Amino acid sequence: MKRLAELIACVLIGKCEGGDKFNMNAIYILWLRELKRYFRSRSRMIGSLGQPLLFLIALGFGLGPVFQRAGQGNYFQFLAPGVISMSILFMSIFAGIQVIWDRQFGFLKETLVAPVSRLSIMLGKTLGGATIAVIQGIFVFILALIVGFRPDLNLLPLALLFMIMIAVFFTAVGITIASLLEDMNGFQVIMNFIVQPLFFLSGALFPLNSAPAFLKIITSFDPLTYGVDGLRACLAKTNQYPVTLDLIILLVLIGVIMTIGSYFFSRIEI
Amino acid sequence: MENDYSIDVENLVKKFDNFTAVDNISFKVKKGEIFAFLGPNGAGKSTTIKMLTTLLSPTSGKLIINGNDAVSQQEKTRESFGIVFQDPSLDDELTAYENMQFHAVLYSIKKELWKKRIEELLRFVELWERKDHLVKTFSGGMKRRLEIARGLLHHPKIFFLDEPTSGLDPQTRNHIWSYIRDLSKKEGITIFFTTHYMEEAQESADRIAIMDHGKIVSTGTVEQLLQQTKQTSLEQAFLSLTGNAIRDEEASGIDRLRTHRQMRGGR
Repeated sequence: MKRLAELIACVLIGKCEGGDKFNMNAIYILWLRELKRYFRSRSRMIGSLGQPLLFLIALGFGLGPVFQRAGQGNYFQFLAPGVISMSILFMSIFAGIQVIWDRQFGFLKETLVAPVSRLSIMLGKTLGGATIAVIQGIFVFILALIVGFRPDLNLLPLALLFMIMIAVFFTAVGITIASLLEDMNGFQVIMNFIVQPLFFLSGALFPLNSAPAFLKIITSFDPLTYGVDGLRACLAKTNQYPVTLDLIILLVLIGVIMTIGSYFFSRIEI
Repeated sequence: MENDYSIDVENLVKKFDNFTAVDNISFKVKKGEIFAFLGPNGAGKSTTIKMLTTLLSPTSGKLIINGNDAVSQQEKTRESFGIVFQDPSLDDELTAYENMQFHAVLYSIKKELWKKRIEELLRFVELWERKDHLVKTFSGGMKRRLEIARGLLHHPKIFFLDEPTSGLDPQTRNHIWSYIRDLSKKEGITIFFTTHYMEEAQESADRIAIMDHGKIVSTGTVEQLLQQTKQTSLEQAFLSLTGNAIRDEEASGIDRLRTHRQMRGGR
């Protein structure tokens, strides 16, 4: 409770343990570090394009004719925004979970003894992770264009905003999970019980309008649903919910997760 | 006379659930002193260092670092010390220079200043030629030297070194100790270190504290400890104060994971 009070004091009146509320230089250097690490590991960049490509080709072309016959239109157009969201989801969660590696390889200690508030560290890491996830999403977008995706480009800025929101939200989720775990033993559990369900139950792969009621209810609890829906509305002109609703829900969720995440991150003791 | 001391610890206690890791210890370290903090594994040394460096909050007690309260004045405390941790804390995927730059920005050092200082320090630890190499290509000794340079970048008044020479060959150890003594002499920085090599403490330390089972069992100069225990070497004095029993230290989850990763061939 003391930590929570400190955190609230930090956000509201700017009196933070460890340093200024927003140390812009610190946020910048943490962000830059994530980017440098990302661009240096080519294998990670290229490797994480494999799965989206597989989904686009196998599902996009494989299920396309069935989808068409069912009167739902062009499946590839429908699927591409879902696959872009998927790649952002995976990349963000991984970027967030990097905190566990930082902890394990000791680098986290270097940041935690510095005269910088935990909130600044959390923000720098979130923005860094979200940036690489968005870059990854753009790569998948380009890949989809090459394979045959023909999106509406009028709302591209709004589509980018949805990509950013998905990325920020799930990076913060990753950091929150990492703050709660001491080591990577729980990693498989997280993949199977959090990340995969988030993806498969989001409506990224199937249209929600024809889904059974129970599935619709489940998907409505999945934050990614609103990201996919918003992105699909912008790029493929089909959506389940009003775009404004998608936008508001995501913004609220980001606020909530940032608060929870900062709280748990500020509690990390090494 | 508060200002004569770099570190002033009184009745410091740290409890984890039912286990008391640090049991009511008090000690003072004078400005400019080289102070060795010795003890068998699991004695509570690392827990004490974590509290001194604001990484862990004490259960009770007073902790004054450079005149700042380490609990209520974390920011000022953090600015005033440098640290080399027991385990490596560099980013392997960044270059030596980038690791230094990262530190400089986190400590809000002005750009004109850090540019100059990074060069000075990297030359001092003889890594300037390798500044643009990724840290993952460095040997253990080079990493340690880089960590020492990094810890000094913001001109700390106290330098904490938690087993700075563990796992290094005698050449590198001598090298590192000559840096440290040099620093203390030239800059007047207070050095607070732990080690399992008794000869390092005997050679370099002005004063020594020996900790066991969470308590400080003896403090003094090498001569005083030898006199007190009627022994001829610090190692014998250490053993006579702490006994011959081998200590069990429970590994934390992180340590276990680290071992696990090493077995699988690392990253």
